[in-house]
Amino acid sequence: MVRVIVDGTPVDVPPGSSALQACEAAGKEIPRFCYHERLSVAGNCRMCLVEVARAPKPVASCGFPVADGMQIFTDTEVVRRARRAVMEFLLINHPLDCPICDQGGECDLQDQAYGYGSGVSRYKEDKRAVTDKDLGPLVKTVMTRCIQCTRCVRFSTEVAGTPELGLVSRGENAEITTYVEKALTSELSGNLIDVCPVGALTAKPSAFHARSWEYKKTDSIDVMDALGTNIQVQARGGEVMRIVPRVNDDVNEEWLSDKGRFSIDGLKRKRLDRPWVRVHGKISSVSWKDALIALARRFDGVPGDRIGAIAGDLCDAESLCAIKDLLQSLGSSNLDCRQDGAWYDTSARAGYLFNSDISGIDQADALLLVGTMPRHEAPVLNARIRKRFVDAGRGGFPIGMIGTPSADMTYDVTVLGNGPDVLADILSGKNAFAEVLQNAKNPMIIVGHSALTRRDAPAIYAACRELAHACGAVTPEWQGLNILHTAASRVGALDLGFLPGPQGCDAASMLRGGVEILWLLGADDVQLDRIPPETFVVYLGHHGDAAAQRADIILPGAAYTEKPGTYVNMAGRVQRAFRAVFAPGEAREDWRIIRAFSEVLGHTLPYDTLEQLRAHMAQVNPVFAMNGGSAQRLAGTTGGQAAPASGQAGELMPAPFRPVIQDYYQTNVISRASQTMAECSKVYGVAPAVAAE
Amino acid sequence: MSTAWTPAEQPDSFVFDSASEAEIAGVLSKYPEERKASAVMPLLYIAQRQMGRVTGSAWVPVVAMDVIAQRLGMAAMRVYEVASFYTMFNTRPIGRYHLQVCTTTPCWLRGSDDVVEACQKATGIQHFGETSADGLFTMTEVECLGACANAPILQVDDDFYEDMNAERTAKVIAELRAGRRPTPGPMIDRNVSAPEGGRKTLLSSSTADQE
Repeated sequence: MVRVIVDGTPVDVPPGSSALQACEAAGKEIPRFCYHERLSVAGNCRMCLVEVARAPKPVASCGFPVADGMQIFTDTEVVRRARRAVMEFLLINHPLDCPICDQGGECDLQDQAYGYGSGVSRYKEDKRAVTDKDLGPLVKTVMTRCIQCTRCVRFSTEVAGTPELGLVSRGENAEITTYVEKALTSELSGNLIDVCPVGALTAKPSAFHARSWEYKKTDSIDVMDALGTNIQVQARGGEVMRIVPRVNDDVNEEWLSDKGRFSIDGLKRKRLDRPWVRVHGKISSVSWKDALIALARRFDGVPGDRIGAIAGDLCDAESLCAIKDLLQSLGSSNLDCRQDGAWYDTSARAGYLFNSDISGIDQADALLLVGTMPRHEAPVLNARIRKRFVDAGRGGFPIGMIGTPSADMTYDVTVLGNGPDVLADILSGKNAFAEVLQNAKNPMIIVGHSALTRRDAPAIYAACRELAHACGAVTPEWQGLNILHTAASRVGALDLGFLPGPQGCDAASMLRGGVEILWLLGADDVQLDRIPPETFVVYLGHHGDAAAQRADIILPGAAYTEKPGTYVNMAGRVQRAFRAVFAPGEAREDWRIIRAFSEVLGHTLPYDTLEQLRAHMAQVNPVFAMNGGSAQRLAGTTGGQAAPASGQAGELMPAPFRPVIQDYYQTNVISRASQTMAECSKVYGVAPAVAAE
Repeated sequence: MSTAWTPAEQPDSFVFDSASEAEIAGVLSKYPEERKASAVMPLLYIAQRQMGRVTGSAWVPVVAMDVIAQRLGMAAMRVYEVASFYTMFNTRPIGRYHLQVCTTTPCWLRGSDDVVEACQKATGIQHFGETSADGLFTMTEVECLGACANAPILQVDDDFYEDMNAERTAKVIAELRAGRRPTPGPMIDRNVSAPEGGRKTLLSSSTADQE
């Protein structure tokens, strides 16, 4: 540690820290524009000037390394004057359009001009104007407001790995641009809006819709992928206006995928806002009472094993638990949360988790991707892999991939092959990547759903597990065998045991007429055309998507922003979301609907409040007893498990892996209902296969 | 006020010719393979010269920058940034002869305004950055060329014409128009930056003679 004296207060900071970090450690606020904790240091805004003893002039603290005994002064007349001068320079070309600027009220430049500016400008000449750029359907630009801090350039280059933005030209003509006009191709482009300290980059879909101080802010969890990104839902007047990420270093750092951020207009369209019942092929709207009575009448006399439920990808654990309890009380074990037909090793929790945790990627030193395309399946996790790749330096983090990348991965990958036969080659040492894994201290294997949704998934997983044990990826200190999920509800459902019982039907056989009554809990991405006409379909969900069209009875539920819910992310982290707005019309929270129906049916579920339900969930699986804090991840363990011989799990099939996500912007009912996402889909199209570098 | 970097007409493709390839091989040999991005500026210059050789207009089209980015394994945006930052790279087509008039203080004090005026008169160009109607000349205002002792300077492509005035400027341009390149250097009777008419000091051969 290095001892630095900040305004007379000694603080100890790690060697290599910057003066700015030392000042922050001492609790001093240093104004800044270009400096961002998660980006490289640029040092071009000069707002963070401080005085250092024996330095001839003020220094930019963001890029000034600390030395033992260094004395820093953050509040002297020199510093104050320097800040005022920098502020005056920055404002020379900045328009005075705060009243019509979307950043107004949450603008670093505005705040710091108040806090550190001089209040007057001596500049009388013409201001410069810069043409706006078209960066695609998500990011709106007002380039005249830009102060050239280059945070966006550094974000897109370093974090997103899509170096499309740059600072071209020089001096008064310098501007941020893509040079050749094109839409940004990153799935993380929305974060540019957050990193921009001024109103140059703002959200295009919500432009001119609301002011930052008007929002009611509610903590929630993103359900667009299985990462469990911590978000804040910002609503006004019962309408979700905006979603921004919250900081959680163990999950999403401070990033959010574009789908999580911009599919919110889908929450307002194609919604189911009242119950519907199909009578003689014609659908008509009914009251809740009539709907539940009609449904109970249909259930009457149907044996329990002829009733089944399939859960979709966006469900909260509460509704999953309620529907499971209801079906079990009726004597049914026809439950399945795997609408994509995936296979998991459910003998231990570690069989279906991202065991190393998301932050474990930072420790990995070799990575094998098996049948997964993280860039589309979990963009923020992909950024984490890229961060590790960049931090490790040239060749420091070798990444092998089995499967064909359907887009640029944003880091160098060695494509080892396209089918699971490569796994056998690595196991036998025939493939050179075996040596890479062998030599790594913390090797990591990520198995994705391109592998797990195949018929030979057990064999692929067994081979991966054998490989993991062989290369030291599974040790008491290091859990490097990871499953990358794509569905937000999946791990929670698996934790609740939302799987077919010994005699139960799985999703595929339920769809093929294995049950008489099929309850779809937000399950739209199943092969609905397989359902025979005589099957009675109950749809409990929030969007009038594919399943609602087939349903015989529709019960309108709440979307993830409209209910308090528990979600377990792919790493097994139990996280709570809170209700930001109320569901539209007659729609209700899903578990309450199920609870109400159970009463009509005469099998009343043993909980009346959310707390009772959650207590019950904790009994079903103790992981739910924990309340979502960052330190509370119950890791799975594979320590005791021996590696089984891969032969027992069946044969590997040579067929190549197919990507599970064809169109990143259209993967679930909310994103399919969103016009913004539809436009993105049109602009970016289905990503063509790109050969790895 | 804003920039003029968005070039209007772009060729569809760009390929380095054999002469350029020979130069590139020499440039790349100076850098380790994993640091070859360092060669971006020489390559931009080679591309610009090739354009001048082949089309008569020495500029770097976007496709050429893309080719360079690919060749050097760097993001195209990084090449755009470099090319647009340096005024020596022309990101839009220019005339066959690039008249670069230095108007920084020493040259200005020594009459660069006359040189500018002479250029305008001889070529018909109205403002800096414009190309003459016959496509032969582009006049650019440049900052200090570092030859202040011989001010004012007119740089034509890579050559300095020094100690210029209106008359000499007109003459140089007339020569260029005729397809000849006058000998670069001082336009008056002096050797490089030495005094006009020959030496004024250190006339004798040894210091002993002066005592």
